[in-house]
Amino acid sequence: MSTKQKARFIISIFFIALIYSCSGNNGKPGTSDAAEKVYVAPGEYDEFYAFMSGGFSGQITVYGLPSGRLFKIIPIFAQHPENGYGYTPETKPMLQTSYGEIPWDDAHHPELSQTDGTPDGRWIFINANNTPRVARVNLSTFETEEIIEIPNSAGNHGSPFITMNTEYVVASTRFSVPIPQKDVPISSYKENFKGTISFIKVNPENGRMNIEFQILVPGFNYDLAHAGKGPSHGWAFFTSYNSEQANTLLEINASQNDKDFIAAINWKKAEEYIKEGKGKKYNSEYYHNIYNDETHTATSNVEKEILVLDPKDCPGLIYYLPTPKSPHGVDVDPSGEYIVAGGKLATVIPVHSFSKMIKAIENKEFISEIFGIPVLKYESVIAGEVEDPGLGPLHTEFDGNGYAYTSAFISSEIVKWKLGTWEVVDRIPTYYSIGHLMIPGGDSKTPFGKYVVALNKITKDRYLPTGPELCQSAQLIDISGDKMKLLLDFPTIGEPHYAQGIPAEILMKGQKKIYELGKNNHKYGLRSEKDAKVEKNGNDVHIYMSTTRTHFKPDNIEGIKIGDKVYFHITNLEQDWDIPHGFAVKGMNTAELLIMPGQTRTAIWEPKSEGVYPFYCTDFCSALHQEMQGYVRVSAKNSSNELKYN
Amino acid sequence: MKNKIFVIILISTILINCGENKDSNSSTGSNNSAKEKLAQKFGLTLYELENGVGPIKEKITLGEISKSLADDGKKLFEEKCMQCHKMDERYTGPALRGVTERRTPEYIMNMILNPEEMTKRHPEAKKLLGIHANQMTFQNVTQDNARALLEYLRMESSH
Ligand SMILES: [Cu+2]
Repeated sequence: MSTKQKARFIISIFFIALIYSCSGNNGKPGTSDAAEKVYVAPGEYDEFYAFMSGGFSGQITVYGLPSGRLFKIIPIFAQHPENGYGYTPETKPMLQTSYGEIPWDDAHHPELSQTDGTPDGRWIFINANNTPRVARVNLSTFETEEIIEIPNSAGNHGSPFITMNTEYVVASTRFSVPIPQKDVPISSYKENFKGTISFIKVNPENGRMNIEFQILVPGFNYDLAHAGKGPSHGWAFFTSYNSEQANTLLEINASQNDKDFIAAINWKKAEEYIKEGKGKKYNSEYYHNIYNDETHTATSNVEKEILVLDPKDCPGLIYYLPTPKSPHGVDVDPSGEYIVAGGKLATVIPVHSFSKMIKAIENKEFISEIFGIPVLKYESVIAGEVEDPGLGPLHTEFDGNGYAYTSAFISSEIVKWKLGTWEVVDRIPTYYSIGHLMIPGGDSKTPFGKYVVALNKITKDRYLPTGPELCQSAQLIDISGDKMKLLLDFPTIGEPHYAQGIPAEILMKGQKKIYELGKNNHKYGLRSEKDAKVEKNGNDVHIYMSTTRTHFKPDNIEGIKIGDKVYFHITNLEQDWDIPHGFAVKGMNTAELLIMPGQTRTAIWEPKSEGVYPFYCTDFCSALHQEMQGYVRVSAKNSSNELKYN
Repeated sequence: MKNKIFVIILISTILINCGENKDSNSSTGSNNSAKEKLAQKFGLTLYELENGVGPIKEKITLGEISKSLADDGKKLFEEKCMQCHKMDERYTGPALRGVTERRTPEYIMNMILNPEEMTKRHPEAKKLLGIHANQMTFQNVTQDNARALLEYLRMESSH
């Protein structure tokens, strides 16, 4: 028997024992059958990566499926004490906005890049909701590489959904606001407030983003989006609520109309209008932050202009599909034909047909026009309605086998139904109050439909209590059979608002192991220990320091004086996988550092009193890690101590 | 991880196989030089005992020291090795002058290219790991890089 077989044998005995001790519990969550399905033996890999938004943590967390093990937290819109993101001078520019530095924001929808409608593992995008931004994370390094601010927007919720080949990332505004911003009475909402929908172009080579154009839209609340695919490629769909344009007590006043809208936008048409010069340039200042992994440094650029299309000047650019009542999610099935809306207050799930929509547009089956945007006749575009879909249906993902799975927030369940017949075929409770749900690839042309993950808001009574604040949770449900089966639930970091999943093998091929030292172009980087040095210009002291197992060079520095500003520029000279080093100085008020192999990071220290200060490596790196230390001597301002180091 | 397990399984298989060989050898009473015994004890072939474990699996022929190759090696040494090795003093790792007299060229290249396996399996590398308490790292070098480093070490050892 090989080691592996032995392990399997022992595990099966264990499970058999479990089965006996749990008889009568057959098929219920927590049975041995479920345990076996989520068990990933030591040393084995999970089948999928799941990228979950941290919601109010401003991060993405990376979990394995089916194990539910947490692998990594990727900081995006929030400072991160684990690696100094947002604290070090190299990464601080990432959190700059036109409002100044924002240390903590709210992130909602991770979205994997796609090629021909299939997740390709190059990048993942995510939105900052409160101060509208879109970020791009490079999935070879799992590092945030770019953040672009979205001007003329507020509550960047319908974002960052992508088109079939990642041509565009879209961003629609939840709150309408005066555009450009101005001081007006809030009661003048109807005349002064507008929404925008932004199309961010993505460079296919390096992922670089730029806001290609914005569309000015009526002052509703734009909530979520998904792009067309296959036959509907070239279109993108956005839900809106508050078509009443209320501006107070929205829970009542924005629920008056029987139907709100899905806005269907023909972005290929938008490109034509831009070529024809229909766009108008607006002055708007917004930040565009880019991290370069050869200089290991981020820079902030300020953009000044944005191209805006007004639907009034662009017939055929947008149509409204009437959709009952305050629709939230909008999801396009793998074939690209069906557009499914989830309405918080709706009693059915309306499913629009793309081909019927095109026909209705050709036949001009409009019931009215709002600010120049034609409203299509509901009966002309609807493909079907799912009856009894649970209370508060929100979001739908697809398994690629003709079934759709919709989360129902109020009744806390997932409802499985069949595309085409619209009949509900199965339902399973969730614990509790599910928002989004995720099937790996479930919003793409090629779902890898084996699991659905429920992303829940509440865990009351579910785990050991932890004071007034309880964790939130994700639940893994097997969808490989006719009946959904709960396999596992596991706590998450922050709010697992939405998630994306991808087979591990697609991502693993491109993983970067080190930053090549020969390509380190950091302004203060080192390529060899022999270049370690200390330079003093006035009160600025720049220490070019190297780190390797298991020493710093230099490790003794004297001649620093009160009033000096000391920059430790530290390059990790290791060229091997998984050998970071850390750095900390007693009493430093900025941040500790964590430095990856081949990377340079800077810590800024302004010592306030005389003495000798130790510094050391904070990341256990080898048997001699405790020996990895040094001293800085700080002298009085008028001291005659010369600068020296070794 | 998978690789590691694979390696462990591989090593154990090798060890077991070697144990069997040893038994059969001693029972037949065939001649065992001390070196062969040592190699068997560590599950190495005689070649591996002399020339290390790694991608260099055959003897290479060295000519006169090439100045330009050694200069390339010097640059690489300064970028990737110098933080741990000096020529004449013990530092993070052992002093390297004269290493080309102590070790075969193939051994040196295998140590550069495959340090982790070397310190796990080779008695000499194991001994040094014990003394220095620091695992030598693979510094992302190619076989050609290792050859250039060898040339630099030859040059340094010659004076
Ligand atoms: Cu260290």
